[in-house]
Amino acid sequence: MSGFVDQLFGVHGQALALRSQRLALLASNIANAGTPGYKARDIDFSSALARAEQGMSAEKAVSDSLAYRVPMQPSLDGNTVELATEQTIFAENAVQYRTSLSFLSGRINTLMTALRGE
Amino acid sequence: MNGKHMSVFDVAGRAMSAQLVRLNATASNLANAGGIAGSKATAFQSIRPVFKTVSDRDGVATVTIDRVIAAGPQPSKRHEPEHPLADANGDVWQAGVDTAAEIVDMLEAARQYQNNVQVLQTAKTLALDTLRLGQ
Repeated sequence: MSGFVDQLFGVHGQALALRSQRLALLASNIANAGTPGYKARDIDFSSALARAEQGMSAEKAVSDSLAYRVPMQPSLDGNTVELATEQTIFAENAVQYRTSLSFLSGRINTLMTALRGE
Repeated sequence: MNGKHMSVFDVAGRAMSAQLVRLNATASNLANAGGIAGSKATAFQSIRPVFKTVSDRDGVATVTIDRVIAAGPQPSKRHEPEHPLADANGDVWQAGVDTAAEIVDMLEAARQYQNNVQVLQTAKTLALDTLRLGQ
């Protein structure tokens, strides 16, 4: 079954799962913008996707690609969240999620057209 | 989270609650600014919540209020013998509130609250779009 789904959606299915996990990560960073000592984390998306393509689950691929963000200017309370950076990346990730979505809906439409034989 | 993973909605929602506690503390501090008491012990001193990270699975974490502490300047003594609350020495104690710092804190809490609202909105739109996939 999963082989069939993978064939159908290609890399976009995995990309969508990873994007959604990354959304939660970036949301955590934004949520902890005021917590003393919190270290912002993110994933290297391309290496996470490469791991997922080798058959790793999305969660495992994310946890293996986790890294700490290097702040431009560390703050005195040890918090490394820079809201401007996080918000930019959050917005970028949301757009990329939507891109994956439209690729997927294109695949589904193609398949539906083929099935209907219109 | 009933044994399940925390979603974006949990993360942002709990962060909003934490920011709201901070906003309430600021409101209470500002309301008590300029308040007078008859002794140092009964004089009002600013309160401030301490944030703490609550970690879920790898990298996903939200925030909660660890405790609320007394922060800011100590109540200040002022000689005012005519004041009805004055003690035997004719002193009254003014609430220890740094109004400027409180307003700055209020603005920061409001901004961070808004950021979480934005996160929630984006996550909601994306989830709804995903539900409509293929229709």
